[in-house]
Amino acid sequence: MAVTETVAAASARDQTRERAAEFLISRHRYGWPEALPWLIAIACYFVFPDRMTFGSQVLVMIMFALSLDLILGYAGIVTLGHAAFFGIGAYVVALGALRLGWSEPISGIVAAGLVAGLAGAVVGWFILRYRGLTLLMLTIAFAATLQESGNLRSDITGGYDGLPGLTFDPLLGYFDYDLYGHTNYLYALVVLAIVFYFVRRIVYSPFGQALTGIRENVRRMYAIGSPVHLRLVTVYAVSAAIAGVAGALFTQTNAYVTLTVFDFDYSAKVMVMLILGGTGRLYGAFIGAVVYLIMEDNLSKLSPTFWQFGIGLLLVLAVLFARRGLLGLLEDAPWRKRKKP
Amino acid sequence: MTAAALEVQQLNRSFGALRVARDVNLTLERGARRALIGPNGAGKTTLVNLITGVLKPSAGNVLLGDEDITALSQAERARRGLARTFQINQLFRGLTVLENLAMTIGERDGNCNNMWRAAGAKRAVIDEALDHLDALKLTDDALRLVRELPYGRQRLVEIAIALAQKPRVLLLDEPAAGVPSSESHLILDVVAGLDPDIAILIIEHDMDVVFRFAKQITVLVQGAVFTEGTPGEIMNNPDVRAVYLGEEGGRRHG
Repeated sequence: MAVTETVAAASARDQTRERAAEFLISRHRYGWPEALPWLIAIACYFVFPDRMTFGSQVLVMIMFALSLDLILGYAGIVTLGHAAFFGIGAYVVALGALRLGWSEPISGIVAAGLVAGLAGAVVGWFILRYRGLTLLMLTIAFAATLQESGNLRSDITGGYDGLPGLTFDPLLGYFDYDLYGHTNYLYALVVLAIVFYFVRRIVYSPFGQALTGIRENVRRMYAIGSPVHLRLVTVYAVSAAIAGVAGALFTQTNAYVTLTVFDFDYSAKVMVMLILGGTGRLYGAFIGAVVYLIMEDNLSKLSPTFWQFGIGLLLVLAVLFARRGLLGLLEDAPWRKRKKP
Repeated sequence: MTAAALEVQQLNRSFGALRVARDVNLTLERGARRALIGPNGAGKTTLVNLITGVLKPSAGNVLLGDEDITALSQAERARRGLARTFQINQLFRGLTVLENLAMTIGERDGNCNNMWRAAGAKRAVIDEALDHLDALKLTDDALRLVRELPYGRQRLVEIAIALAQKPRVLLLDEPAAGVPSSESHLILDVVAGLDPDIAILIIEHDMDVVFRFAKQITVLVQGAVFTEGTPGEIMNNPDVRAVYLGEEGGRRHG
């Protein structure tokens, strides 16, 4: 009798262990709902063939917001100067095409990612010793410095008048750009899918877990021997590289760029998108960028002067009633069974 | 030849005019069970912070084994086998208990440098994390978020994390602080049953616990070592009674 009880207790314990292990083992696997945003993106290509230029902008902003999610949502780095790296990427391909005749698009975005990533590593190494407001100010200062430097040498950068009429080689030497931006849309979608795959791997890796640890409790991370500064600089560089790729795509799909890409507004806008969609949950970047840009597009047609009121109202509502963003709201939706561990 | 597990030599530190550590000497042999006691504000937690590298000393040395670690960062010291618990919980509150442990093991073994493999891909890490939880009877809470646990269970997670670092030296800063006495025996049983190879320094206010657990006691007063000795010596030392044990000690043990 006693022996059977012990065996039963042991097997119950094994089951608990197995269930707990399964949670960690299976967490990174893809679920069916994850196909949804991609199917919608492909459907849009067929349903709105005349809105592909706008669609490309949305995809670019999703990628930009995704890069911010990696550092803000996962590592807890608060920045209002992320446009700096977006701008670096944008100008790498623009200046490359205009001044050096480097108009091959794919090698262009790779170069933009590398330069922005390198800038992120160098700047991050210095500024990530600080946290909170000090760090926030430093990120703003870096973006502003780049913008002003660009303005100082407007003979090279084109200043706020910009560099119009950029031309790029056909994609893979075959797909030329059409007036409606069909090629651009599919090009941006493929690049976004590749970038997303990378980000998703990182987020679910042990490194990504360590980032979450830094966000949750940095004192504990030091105490368990984590090289916190190295981790932060690494993810900052990766995030900067992705922002750079997004910036490069921005230039390529618009065939035009001005110094406004370094604007504080731009950094703030991408943060609003991310908070609206939900931080630290990957797809928050998708929902946030889509909702923000569609609202901006429609509201600014409705009222060119006051359209920001609508965005502001939505943000206030989100902060009051949906602290974890629109995606967080969906997760809490009554028709979703709450997972009980 | 056989160096002590931890040696603190002539450690000094001031906050402005306040000297919070004065010429502190402290030795933990391998497997030591030493208690650090002293009145409030004696600098006990400050000493732990100086040993673990949260604070830098203005003078003096800290040796781990035969290595001088005074110049090393907190994280470098932790990777060399110096673990601590905090007086106030420092946990990853938004993560599950299991993740708290898996992350600790990941950082210990350098897995966390990997950006590509899935975090759950190494079964050995998960099994070890579960073993640590088993040892502290936390298995049933493995998938609960830390912030959903009662405070006493959170204290156990705090200890589980320190043990998962596989430390040579463990500094316990009031492990039962903030836990109702009905639950604190659970934590103290765990502390009493720790691996005899680990050198342990425990800060504790409950004199019953101190006298039961410790083989040596160091008394700290105003940042300086007042005296040290076996529990018997400390208990019978009239000076210690005067500065520290006071009436309570006299009533209970006199």
